[in-house]
Amino acid sequence: MCHQTVSLAARHLEENGVPTVVLGSARDIVEECGVARFVFTDFPLGNPCGKPGDAGMQRSIVGMALDLVERAWAPRTTVQTPFRWDSDEWRDNYMRVDDSNREALARAGDERRRRQSEKKAGR
Amino acid sequence: MKQRRAYRSFVSYIDRSREYYAAHGYAQPYTWACHDDAPFAPLEKPLSRCRVGMVTTAGRADSPLDKDGRREHRELYAMAASPAPARMFTADLAWDKAATHTDDVESFLPLSRLAEYAANGRIGSVSPRFYGVPTDYSQGNTSKRDAPKILEWAREDGVDVMLLSAL
Repeated sequence: MCHQTVSLAARHLEENGVPTVVLGSARDIVEECGVARFVFTDFPLGNPCGKPGDAGMQRSIVGMALDLVERAWAPRTTVQTPFRWDSDEWRDNYMRVDDSNREALARAGDERRRRQSEKKAGR
Repeated sequence: MKQRRAYRSFVSYIDRSREYYAAHGYAQPYTWACHDDAPFAPLEKPLSRCRVGMVTTAGRADSPLDKDGRREHRELYAMAASPAPARMFTADLAWDKAATHTDDVESFLPLSRLAEYAANGRIGSVSPRFYGVPTDYSQGNTSKRDAPKILEWAREDGVDVMLLSAL
């Protein structure tokens, strides 16, 4: 949801003459929304500007965003940074739904709805 | 390294979140913003003379919390960019808490890295404030309430270029 929020804000800034670059890790959300310039880092959500503690990588990603604002000549220009996460396990694990957790997720949903209706009723 | 795959490499969060919330019993999927067009503002002057600002979806570290440890409300705010904040509040946002952490603010709000580019002349300056935008399910709230306020702040601060980073 954060990616949609910044993409919509970027579109508003662009419409009003301010060049923007979105930095993110949820490629589909940003590209479906449609932004002028996007620096995509294929990491788990949370560190779109580089790994924690890696100032060199962070500097590089910010530098790519600055290069992009100078050089992009058309909207929807996406640049993917060359960095990879240490392993690929996160790709399948994030928001995983399978037979091992299906019942637990259904129960969690029921519980959430119950709490929300209690909150609504002011209890 | 060259590889062959029968699937796309990057995660589709639109697909993933739809299936995840369906498994929670939410029958109606969220409908994401989707545009055929995309506005484009060209850079009007050399970057070395531009003031660059940053937008984040993280909250202030001192945000008031409710009993569940979530912010009482996600606020729209502008905050001093120097010194760069040592901590930001991210716990109630949806990011991959199993795979990583957000203890290093520069990994999602790189104000110190940006200041280095100002110091070496790559950019003119960093905006004196950065801008916090609340993550909101309502696209109307973002586009009609929050984005215009960020534009107003950006104009007050003389921002020429904005970087927007999503958690």
